[in-house]
Amino acid sequence: MAAEQVLVEKTRRKLSLTLIVGGSLVAVVVLAALVSFFWTPYNPVQAFPADRLQGSSAAHLMGTDRYGRDVFSGVLYGARITLLVGLVAVGIALVIGTPLGILAGMRGGITEEVTMRGADILLAFPALLVAIMFGAVFGASTLTAMLAIGIGSIPGFARVARSGTLQVMSTEYIMAAKASSQSGWRIARRHVMPNIVGMVVVQCSVSFAIAVLAEAALSFLGLGTPPPVPSWGRMLQESQQFLGTFPMLAVWPGAAIAVAVLGFTLLGDGLRDRFDPKLNGER
Amino acid sequence: MAKHAEAATLLEVKNLSIGTKTRTLVSDFNLSMAPGDRVGLIGESGSGKSITTSALMGLLPEGVTAQGSIQLAGYGGNLVEASDRELQKIRGKDMAMVFQEPLTALNPLMKVGPQVAEIMSSHKTVPSKAAARARAVQMLESVKLPDPERAARSYPHQLSGGQRQRAMLAMALANNPGLLLCDEPTTALDVTVQRQVLDLILESVTERGTGLLFITHDLSVVANVCDRVLVMNNGRVVEEGSTEEVFSNPQHPYTRGLLAASDLDATDAQGRLFTVASAAAYVPPSVREEPAPAERVPEEPVAAPPEPATVGEAEPAAQGEPSENPVISVADLHRIYPVSRSTLFGKPSEVHALRGVSFEVAAGQRFGVVGESGSGKSTLLRILAGLDQPSSGSVQVAGNQVSGAKERDLLQLRQQLQIVFQDPMGSLDPRMRVRDIIAEPLLAPGQKVDSAKLRKQVAEMLGAVGLPADAAERFPHQFSGGQRQRISIARALICEPRVLVADEPVSALDVSVRAQVLNLLSDLVDDYQLTLVFVSHDLGVVRYICDNVVVMNEGQIVESGTTEQIYENPQHEYTRTLVNSSMSLQNELALR
Amino acid sequence: MGIRLLTNLVRFAVTYVIATVAVFFFMRAIPGDPAQIALGVNASPELLAKTRAEFGTDRPLIVQYFDWALGLPAGNFGTSYVTRQDISPLIIDRVQVSLILVVLAMLVALLIAVPFGTYAAVKHRNPSGIIISGVSQLGVAIPNFLAGILLVVVFAVGLGWLPANGWTPPGEDFGDFLARVFLPVLALASVQGAILTRYVRSAVMEVMSEDYLRTARSKGLGKLESLVKHGLRNASIPVLTVTSVQLAALIIGAVVIERVFVIPGLGSMLLDAVGNRDLLTVQSVVMVLVAITLIINLVVDVLYTILDPRIRKGA
Repeated sequence: MAAEQVLVEKTRRKLSLTLIVGGSLVAVVVLAALVSFFWTPYNPVQAFPADRLQGSSAAHLMGTDRYGRDVFSGVLYGARITLLVGLVAVGIALVIGTPLGILAGMRGGITEEVTMRGADILLAFPALLVAIMFGAVFGASTLTAMLAIGIGSIPGFARVARSGTLQVMSTEYIMAAKASSQSGWRIARRHVMPNIVGMVVVQCSVSFAIAVLAEAALSFLGLGTPPPVPSWGRMLQESQQFLGTFPMLAVWPGAAIAVAVLGFTLLGDGLRDRFDPKLNGER
Repeated sequence: MAKHAEAATLLEVKNLSIGTKTRTLVSDFNLSMAPGDRVGLIGESGSGKSITTSALMGLLPEGVTAQGSIQLAGYGGNLVEASDRELQKIRGKDMAMVFQEPLTALNPLMKVGPQVAEIMSSHKTVPSKAAARARAVQMLESVKLPDPERAARSYPHQLSGGQRQRAMLAMALANNPGLLLCDEPTTALDVTVQRQVLDLILESVTERGTGLLFITHDLSVVANVCDRVLVMNNGRVVEEGSTEEVFSNPQHPYTRGLLAASDLDATDAQGRLFTVASAAAYVPPSVREEPAPAERVPEEPVAAPPEPATVGEAEPAAQGEPSENPVISVADLHRIYPVSRSTLFGKPSEVHALRGVSFEVAAGQRFGVVGESGSGKSTLLRILAGLDQPSSGSVQVAGNQVSGAKERDLLQLRQQLQIVFQDPMGSLDPRMRVRDIIAEPLLAPGQKVDSAKLRKQVAEMLGAVGLPADAAERFPHQFSGGQRQRISIARALICEPRVLVADEPVSALDVSVRAQVLNLLSDLVDDYQLTLVFVSHDLGVVRYICDNVVVMNEGQIVESGTTEQIYENPQHEYTRTLVNSSMSLQNELALR
Repeated sequence: MGIRLLTNLVRFAVTYVIATVAVFFFMRAIPGDPAQIALGVNASPELLAKTRAEFGTDRPLIVQYFDWALGLPAGNFGTSYVTRQDISPLIIDRVQVSLILVVLAMLVALLIAVPFGTYAAVKHRNPSGIIISGVSQLGVAIPNFLAGILLVVVFAVGLGWLPANGWTPPGEDFGDFLARVFLPVLALASVQGAILTRYVRSAVMEVMSEDYLRTARSKGLGKLESLVKHGLRNASIPVLTVTSVQLAALIIGAVVIERVFVIPGLGSMLLDAVGNRDLLTVQSVVMVLVAITLIINLVVDVLYTILDPRIRKGA
């Protein structure tokens, strides 16, 4: 038994590296977005036809696109859209999914059945599909992208919150709380929420990564933030016709997406190991 | 014992040390076994007994290494230095192992027969696959599984716990190994099943002349099974000798402490159980008694029957007669659970957890509820606490009608009845400070909270259960199992209930801690003039602490009466089996 | 087992019906007259009325819903308001293309994930195992369309080994089919394989810590032998769960890949319909995608029952 403990400690130490790397990558993305509010080398929207399709240089760190827009400025600015969409989408899912999951886990019975069937139905509609439907009905915008990704992420939160709640509710300290007539609300606030907050935070990070991917896919398809506001996905899409001649146009926004997704995934993994030292495969 | 005369050695372990890079887990372990020897390895959790067994099997977890020498008959070299390939030839053939939890130790997706056959076909001890299959059924028959053919075709989850452990034993013995290692093989089993499985192990190894290394925390089990014992503490063997020797004349203070704390039949001058601290005054049973008659219980009370410690108010109700004013009265209680909720179709199968349970508990009584898993005792407890509603019948606790009561009406009940739970890990919210945990029952709806008064009450309760005042600011994980159980007791008593329900409160604790917690519970029941309902599978513990007992089996009370009546003169057949199956140190030693 | 299957069939049906309601009425969330949109603002009232009758949009919404929803199971999706074509043969044609893409991608992904994931779990302390988990970690972070673009840059544009885009049905010219399907499948499978590798790894690691594996070792089975004989089937249960979820994700993910490689699948059809505001086509394709997802869940549940004797009894 003592041996097991030693091993667990070891894994923990090693895995906190993921936390550091993930945290740093996320920090880079956040920093890029913040910087873009105050300064970008050029106006990311403004075209300089004379400077079009240049490679990397001192003047243009990542070169320019077909309209002569500075790619580096676009990448910085794109971080804003990515984070905004991610934040709002995760926020929506968190605010709707978590309470539903807790309620389902605490109440059981019909409440649970209805909530979880609802989550199952939503699961059949991934964010991308919802966004396509939104785009078809309302026309594409940042708002529809955020809403769609948010709605698509609700089942994840509901499931995590429910399974965490079920775990907590099966413990003897909940029996003890009930045996001293604690109200359902009080049990939720004092026992359930503090004990599942870790899992929910992990879910936030994981969902954020998924949201970044979905946002990129949407703007790649032209269903996200409309032009001229720069977004990574659309920069990637626009680069497609120059793959033969200027492949770096695809590499820069692609790398930006990868950094953001990797950052949030690693952060989520690191947090999971922090909150639960056991290797928890997702069910 | 005559086997000692044989010159051959089965197992010779010299200077075995086990550890990680940074820590030593076991040091200087020595053991010599002749063929057919039965050796017990005793220790509490963390003593290093399990990791020692893993080292013998060559199955140490990654990052843990062993030094020293292990010699096994039939293998020339030192097992510590042997390659895994060489060890593979030995494991399962020259030595085999039975683990604690048979459900997880068997592959859930594979039928039992093939799992038994595999050990033979992988060592090629049988000529063909068909022969292995046939032999597997024979083995299952030899461990007395009722329908061996069917058992072979079953998946582990289709067998009961005891049956699974029999299958494990069949597997381990299939190649007729010289050495059988058993790691707490009966700890996860019910009392009656435990006795049967132990008898089977004993019979099997005696019949085959197999050497047995039996790892356990339970001294009475060792007294039943082994001729020689090693006592381990903190990774070292502190004492070694024949079972009689060690149990009658323990040399090391730890052994004496362990023995004293395990012996629920012995009490000190104040009528309390011995603890490690008070063990000096303890007299081991075999010295205490004349040799007992060779027959099993029921026996005449040889020693002074263990009177419940310091019986505060000698209750007239202790005669089993319902008293004038019962604190708890239960009449014709039924509880039926629907199961298999996940399907929409088919008849919902039902579990009849309680079938017509009636009893009364008088004020001040110490009332024991004894039963094995599935007896309905947990359901009964939940209903008493108002956590579950009966399907029919009536329950009154301290003047409150529980059945049919709305949550609002139960407030009063819950001020009167509190619970101490089994699991010292799971019964305390890991994210709350001890202060908030203990104060929780005072925060019931409709109660005024005065935080200064609250703090004072918490401090008082901590004192009452023997914890320092600064414990209030700490979190549960900073405490040991026994301490956590004290916190649990403090929480239950803070609202000054009339009834305390204890649900297996010591079954997850080490023996040395068990005695302390039982003493504490006993003292508090007197001090606070509580009525105690003590739910347990452990007859020894119930016998010590309770004055009246009901025995439950399959949702019914099969027998009730005073503790003495039940233990000394059980009427119902099930009670007899239960009493005969349960082990006390005194009896097991007497029977040797 | 029968009861479990029946229960799941009912759940499937209920979910499916609710999905049709949600999709249909969501698509009608913005008031608008398809006939007016189809004919333009200058259309005469008579023509409008005639077109409405032709589309059936003059009837109450609920009738339109039942008309559409009841036609779906029979593969009768209706006539597009925009192209005035029967959607059904188009969908049936396109669905084959998408399924080929997705099934191939999932097979390749599993072929990558199972051996690599198992290896990474067994060797989780060795550099080789750590490298595999690192690479899979990185793979998860790359969106499949980025992978597609990079593959095109290297293999089509750079090396010129394979065509950059397009589609040939396998029945027409199998060689060309393979050449054209190779990159899109690889783009989907590499990312999917990375995701699954991580899950296989964690499932195998979980299994390796199980008691019954220790039992197998104590019987004298070797490390690898015990894992293969006792571990993999147990590990396959959580992996199956993830595979079903990922398969559903893949079906939607293919939408984007079809765009990158100009493949005439359901995804392209859906996106074109969105561009044309062809609501009936959009809702029909969406329902096909949803139905495929639901059917996958149904099939996976049957597989569970086969794999795991513990749930066979419905308990």
